[in-house]
Amino acid sequence: MNNDPQDGQLIDRIQKNPKYTELVTKRSSFAWKLSWLMLIIYYAFILVIAFAPKSLGTKISDGSVISIGIPIGAGIIVSAFLLTGIYVRRANGEFDDLTRQIKEETK
Amino acid sequence: MKQLTALVSALVVGSSSSLLWAADAAKPESKMNVTAIVMFFIFVAVTLGITYWAAARTKSTKDFYAAGGGITGFQNGLAIAGDYMSAASFLGISAMVFAKGYDGLIYSIGFLVGWPVILFLMAEQLRNLGRYTFADIVSFRLSRVPIRTLSAMGTLFTVILYLIAQMVGAGQLIRTLFGLPYESAVVIVGVLMILYVAFGGMIATTWVQIIKAVLLLTGATFIALGALNHVGFNLEAFFRSAMEGVKASGLADHKAVVAGNKDIFAPGGLVSDPVSAISLGMALMFGTAGLPHILMRFFTVANAKEARKSVFFATGFIGYFYILTFIIGFGAVVMVAPNPQYVDAIKGTLNGGNNMAAIHMAHATGGDLFLGFISAVAFATILAVVSGLTLAGASAVSHDIYANAICGGKVDERKEIRISKFSALIIGIIAIFLGIQFEKQNVAFMVGLAFAIAASANFPILILSIYWKNLTTRGALIGGSLGLISTVTMVVLSKTVWVDVLGNKAPLFPYKDPAIFSMTLAFVGCWIFSKLDSSRQAQAERNLFDAQAVRCETGIGAAGASNH
Repeated sequence: MNNDPQDGQLIDRIQKNPKYTELVTKRSSFAWKLSWLMLIIYYAFILVIAFAPKSLGTKISDGSVISIGIPIGAGIIVSAFLLTGIYVRRANGEFDDLTRQIKEETK
Repeated sequence: MKQLTALVSALVVGSSSSLLWAADAAKPESKMNVTAIVMFFIFVAVTLGITYWAAARTKSTKDFYAAGGGITGFQNGLAIAGDYMSAASFLGISAMVFAKGYDGLIYSIGFLVGWPVILFLMAEQLRNLGRYTFADIVSFRLSRVPIRTLSAMGTLFTVILYLIAQMVGAGQLIRTLFGLPYESAVVIVGVLMILYVAFGGMIATTWVQIIKAVLLLTGATFIALGALNHVGFNLEAFFRSAMEGVKASGLADHKAVVAGNKDIFAPGGLVSDPVSAISLGMALMFGTAGLPHILMRFFTVANAKEARKSVFFATGFIGYFYILTFIIGFGAVVMVAPNPQYVDAIKGTLNGGNNMAAIHMAHATGGDLFLGFISAVAFATILAVVSGLTLAGASAVSHDIYANAICGGKVDERKEIRISKFSALIIGIIAIFLGIQFEKQNVAFMVGLAFAIAASANFPILILSIYWKNLTTRGALIGGSLGLISTVTMVVLSKTVWVDVLGNKAPLFPYKDPAIFSMTLAFVGCWIFSKLDSSRQAQAERNLFDAQAVRCETGIGAAGASNH
């Protein structure tokens, strides 16, 4: 892929740019944090189903038939959507700005 | 173009003669549904028109595989939703909610939570590193021939299994909805998908998926609103009448719920033990991130920004859709189960089986005309999904095997497209043939197997090639093959195939979902054999990681980023 020596130089220049390091560190830490958050939310839910399924049947209030499992389930769906929104907002703003600066500086 | 016209007329003649045949042979439970057929023909006419338009615009490989790379994030989000929301999930999940309650929601959540992870860890990387297939990404550093072959195998396994399940489901559904014989239904679906893919490539496939997504979301919204309107938009009243509906119901599934004293608003018997629960969760979540027809959609947008937006919109549409299926399922308990018009009292199920819950709900909320609309939407839904699958399979053959593994990447574009079209035709014929062969078989396990293979063979090598510098060709080959082989073996020896399909007494493998074991095997295999690999080639592959990382992060050098 990069047999071209110029390619090698370009990659070297980009890697030495502090903004590249900043982009990589910030983006990957943000992406992994959000991934872990989604995994924890989901697997917490799965573990409750596996070990204490009845607990999700607790009613939201006296006299109601609605179980807490229903808002929790709907909440996980909504949280998945919100997390993607949070990531896209920051990535398409801050991270893309950084990328643009790196591209301009290494032209 | 002549070929297209010939095929279209063959299709019209073929389907209308089978319609006549169906009118003669129609059994009482499968009446002809005129509104549905009219609406379906409108859909087919519009999509074939789009295919004709797309055919004229499909000149390069980039047009054929990636719709020219000019799809916007919003359009792609809709198309992803259209590619992902199958008729099986529309009918199957609402039916599961209808019969068992809360368990249906557990499945939908599993199908959804893979999406954010795809966004955070893969969407922009796919766009920046790949061109047409996910094998592009894996073979960025690794040796072309073996990696392309392995990825193509993973793709074809996933695609064929998924296709068979869709074709069998399509045949049965269309027989019930349209009164068409099973074989004609399978042939019509097969011929249409071949037409879309072979002539219109990714452009036609994308628009079929977008139209389908809009139709399905509109239809499902209307049904859900009808269900809520029935109880004056009072959620408490809605769930209370669902609970009372189950108690009063004469259906076998509901009687079992009452007899077992089960709570329909809490997890039931879907997941029997912790290992199965976690294993199913892994297959659903990571399988989504390894489905070739889904991954391919990321190459249709111009850049990383649009790729990210695609997932944001797709997650929103898909999540919204699953909330609707939940409402529709319980709505059917309230509005469909007590109505003798929809119930087969002898069998103790709904007419046409419990999978028809959403379809009967369409009739209960919107009458005959709306039932026709939803039936046509269900047909359109199948077409959109099978087209995406066929295109992914055809691309694996033409781009991965032919153009890269055989021709070493140097190939005439027109010839590559011809091979792809031909592959679409062959895959279509195989799908039709197997769809008919498997009519009486229990194919429910096939979607699960497709997800498990995607999670255990495709996903590990893809994610490791992006993030782990030390992955080598040898490690990926051994790990990926271990994932593929162990998944198939464990599923064959499990209850779903060994007992339910092959008729043996007891399963040799105790769990239904192998993902927790097969994914572990794949990752450990990749890790050990990459670590042990001290060949010169392995070193060269590790040295390429920096170049890959720069392109991955910045998009500099990404395919097609500056063409538009």
